[in-house]
Amino acid sequence: MTDRAETEARVMALIEPFNKKGIEATEETRFAQDLEWDSLTVLDFVANIEDEFDIVITMNQQAEIETVGQLIDAVGKLRATE
Amino acid sequence: MSDLFSKFDPLIETREQLLSTGITDPFGLVMEEVVSPTVAICNGRRTILLGTYNYMGMTFDPDVIAAGKTALDEFGSGTTGSRVLNGTYVGHKAVEDALKDFYAMDHAMVFSTGYQANLGIISTMAGKDDYIILDIDSHASIYDGCALGNAQIVPFRHNDIDALEKRLRRLPPEAGKLVVLEGVYSMLGDIAPLKEMVAVCKAAGAMVLVDEAHSMGFIGENGRGVAEAQGVIDDVDFIIGTFSKSVGTVGGFCVSNHPKFEILRLVCRPYVFTASLPPSVVATAATSIRKLMHGKSKRDHLWENSKKLHGGLKALGFTLGTDEPQSAIIAVIMPDLERGAAMWEALLNEGLYVNLARPPATPAGMTLLRCSLCAEHSAAQVDEILGMFEAAGRATGCIS
Repeated sequence: MTDRAETEARVMALIEPFNKKGIEATEETRFAQDLEWDSLTVLDFVANIEDEFDIVITMNQQAEIETVGQLIDAVGKLRATE
Repeated sequence: MSDLFSKFDPLIETREQLLSTGITDPFGLVMEEVVSPTVAICNGRRTILLGTYNYMGMTFDPDVIAAGKTALDEFGSGTTGSRVLNGTYVGHKAVEDALKDFYAMDHAMVFSTGYQANLGIISTMAGKDDYIILDIDSHASIYDGCALGNAQIVPFRHNDIDALEKRLRRLPPEAGKLVVLEGVYSMLGDIAPLKEMVAVCKAAGAMVLVDEAHSMGFIGENGRGVAEAQGVIDDVDFIIGTFSKSVGTVGGFCVSNHPKFEILRLVCRPYVFTASLPPSVVATAATSIRKLMHGKSKRDHLWENSKKLHGGLKALGFTLGTDEPQSAIIAVIMPDLERGAAMWEALLNEGLYVNLARPPATPAGMTLLRCSLCAEHSAAQVDEILGMFEAAGRATGCIS
């Protein structure tokens, strides 16, 4: 598995418990519009992502992330700078 | 062409829906007369005030009033200028001296409101490459301070020491870090584990700011706040506070022991680019702060009130924000906005004013009836309050 595929698998697994609508999550899935997450859900989810990968995603960075694919890319970059 | 007001349509709709039931607007209360720190006339009715921030009941203190009147006569109604130009009178220096004495700290800087104190200090202290690490339940003024500046913002789960420690550890060791905490979180009335959190911050080389707005005058041996009560005030770099709660007027401040603190007077925009407080306000504040230093018996009585109300509401079957009373704020958790508003109105009809708090001000989307006690509430008034809660709770079906 490539690094990106591995990151993607772990991100998808963390989305699942918050995927209350049970939609098929893809790289194009948007957190706000498609998953319909509110700010509190986002907070819990981001905390889990941060702990999973031992990174920090600042609110400034979060503002730039709209889709699952963008999150996977951001996590990849943040892990590379560790 | 789109109407710029369209973005407020969902809120307008929620409000219209609520008010269409014929309920009194919870955000439109007018006090016709204020009888004392604990009683006002609302809609022609004598109403016990249980939703003010007048924790120490200083608003009608005769010495405080006299100081304000004298200053009004001697210095006029306003300064019409910035603190750094023509807006610093002897009274402004006197209230800063009172704060330095109150907190036993080297520096004090007075802002025109508490909101501006957070806005100013947070936006100025943390620059572009610095990090602000803050509790997710922080007050709007803290978030707005972050938004006004351009630092990197890192939130952590409410009161979670481990989450704070982890985030500090993951940040670049060489980066500047400001951790922003509150002594009392005003929605649920819970306090922060400052002893552990401040230690974690210091170990990570971060500076610490604690907003003690809701604890000043009440919590701690000398009323300096939760940081004092937990024995870590000497490790706190900035304490933010307000005159609009225990002090009983309006204004905000920051106290600090940092040797370079005074430079902030020249670089902090919410301090520079606004008019200073009126002379009467700083005179009442200084008098009130000096009296609060000797407020031990009032503090003790306020704790008694808090314990009595908390225990009484719990016994009636209400769900409260904290298991034990931790501050002068007791939050009653309502099942939803509709029943919260109904209960709020029923209490008002009984002759009791509390705060109805709703999202986004509240955590986790909760609707709260927030009760804040005053040192001037008598034990008999607290009994009366409990009776009103019982009657309103049964009438609205909030308790059985």
